[in-house]
Amino acid sequence: MIGFLARLGRQGIDRVASLGRFGQMLFAALLAKPEPLVMLPLLIKQLYFVGVLSLVIILVSGLFIGMVLGLQGYTILVDYGSEQAVGQMVALSLVRELAPVVTALLFAGRAGSALTAEIGLMKATEQLSSLEMIGVDPLRRIIAPRFWAGFISLPILSAIFAMVGILGGALVSVEWLGIFEGSFWANMQNAVDFREDVLNGLIKALVFGVVVTWVAVFQGYDCVPTSEGISQATTRTVVYSSLAVLGLDFVLTAVMFGDL
Amino acid sequence: MRTRWIEVLVGMFMMLGAVAVLGLALNVSGLNLSQGDDTYTVYARFENIGGLTERAKVTLSGVQIGEVGAITIDTERMMAVAALNIYAEYNFLSADSSAQILTAGLLGEQYIGIGVGFEEDVLKNGDYIQDTQSALVLEDLIGQFLFNKVSE
Amino acid sequence: MSVIQNDDAIVEIRDLCFSRGRRAIFKGISMRIPRGKVTAIMGPSGTGKTTLLKLIGGQLKPDSGSVLVEREDVNRVSRSRLFEIRENMGMLFQSGALFTDMSVFENVAFPIRVHTSLPDDMVRDIVLMKLNAVGLRGAHELMPSELSGGMARRVALARAISLDPDLVMYDEPFAGQDPIAMGVLVKLIRSINEALGHTSIIVSHDIQETLGIADYIFIIADGYVVAEGDVESLRANQSEQVQQFMKGLPDGPVPFHFDKAELVTELGIERGGQ
Repeated sequence: MIGFLARLGRQGIDRVASLGRFGQMLFAALLAKPEPLVMLPLLIKQLYFVGVLSLVIILVSGLFIGMVLGLQGYTILVDYGSEQAVGQMVALSLVRELAPVVTALLFAGRAGSALTAEIGLMKATEQLSSLEMIGVDPLRRIIAPRFWAGFISLPILSAIFAMVGILGGALVSVEWLGIFEGSFWANMQNAVDFREDVLNGLIKALVFGVVVTWVAVFQGYDCVPTSEGISQATTRTVVYSSLAVLGLDFVLTAVMFGDL
Repeated sequence: MRTRWIEVLVGMFMMLGAVAVLGLALNVSGLNLSQGDDTYTVYARFENIGGLTERAKVTLSGVQIGEVGAITIDTERMMAVAALNIYAEYNFLSADSSAQILTAGLLGEQYIGIGVGFEEDVLKNGDYIQDTQSALVLEDLIGQFLFNKVSE
Repeated sequence: MSVIQNDDAIVEIRDLCFSRGRRAIFKGISMRIPRGKVTAIMGPSGTGKTTLLKLIGGQLKPDSGSVLVEREDVNRVSRSRLFEIRENMGMLFQSGALFTDMSVFENVAFPIRVHTSLPDDMVRDIVLMKLNAVGLRGAHELMPSELSGGMARRVALARAISLDPDLVMYDEPFAGQDPIAMGVLVKLIRSINEALGHTSIIVSHDIQETLGIADYIFIIADGYVVAEGDVESLRANQSEQVQQFMKGLPDGPVPFHFDKAELVTELGIERGGQ
């Protein structure tokens, strides 16, 4: 029993230590003197993999979520005779909550897992070791560009998600359900504040971007370099980053919108 | 060649993001950049501002002509002072205009309605609106109603 | 057992202890690797030979003891200095470890591009020369996934020597190769070592091939260096472990049966314990 506890404690300490070590190294890599000529092409390539290739899933799910919100909002609000407010409902729920959170969750599944698998496979095939022995820091060459790409992509994807969702909501409520277009947009513009709602939503997305990419990159870098280890690490990336996103969302919402 | 293509796609991705943010700013939140800084400020004292908040609308005949800026207390007269940022294009408000705190709908947000006066002089930056009417406070109304009933 | 008298050691390991989890892999080993020679580190699978190379490269930190490369302790220097030291090392990984997203040419050019600012045509000349040395100049446009295992290892060798390092480490260069590819690699390692005058460290359990090219040999077992010396002195060594090791020789490239004896004794101990 004591042996078990000791082992548990030791494992916990090891985990925390490796997390700390990785954080330290990552910051060293991110803050090291920038070499734009080397880093920029790498960053662009990662932006392509992480951002551009995630675009389709973001566009499609944004559109459908916006349409569903329009439909549901209408059926609820029409009972109170205030179906004109459907625009503000769609816009507020998208901009404040759904866009950053759903984008982050999709991003974790689409790009985060791919990042983990790629880095894990690089580790398993000794490509990371090989880079180190060539005298190139894999943190700067492999990890840093992927990290920045996630950091940059998620707010962009989230903004696109929100915009497409609002257009989807407009499509349903204006074109199909016949709400007057002017009041749809005017109500929305009165209710949505740029700094309070839009910027806070983007800040959320930025935070989620850091968290999801960090988890993905860490799990890849820290995985057991076998096929089983990589598959477990990939699963862990999706689970941990989704949980972190949902938990952080509550905290951020409380700070941003709750009157604390 | 492939690298070039990737660069173009990433560039388009960034642009799409910028368009989305711009769309959110202008179309969704109704942020109007051109009116942002081009305003002049007049002040109005109120006995009670009720639920009036900063950034509430200032309207003339229902058309928004500005928004409420800082709300402070005039310590000499012990009254609330609201700064009204009026868009520069509405520079024809006469000096004896009135300001009234109104409520949108029964339970809606509160805003300021400007009533036009007759003087030739117009309000300028820093002027005070003399004729003001405070917010309707439901408790006061009920109190008055009961008082009238009793005295009848 | 002869000890190197020559003081010029490019790598010096002092009382190195290293453990992975609860398992002690090295229980205090010391070795001096002579400059300009081909040194072989041999021992059964699982004795941590690859780990030893990673310790020399500073990729792992020992529990105690020190690793000196060119008289600098790789575990005491800063991270950036460590990367500078590594520029002078080449390492051939067991899997080849080619970068799968780059062509053969780009793989070999990579270290040159990173560490020098030579113009493109010069990089091209160097890369083609290195590929020529391993006989794969014609394959420079292929992707790593299109190469056979033996070819991948030769490309990796070309990459490892692309910067003309002073020290080249080979991790199991012969494992899993067909006899022809193995012969090619043996010849390559020897000829490249002679042509470039660098130091080679080979980690292997393929006795015959390794003995054929090594100038100096360390045998590791149970976390200790059990024997060291040149080929002749090891053959003459009377120690039971070394003899057991050497008896594997006529059997050819089949791994020797040191492992099996170890397993049996271990099982015996366990049975006794219950």
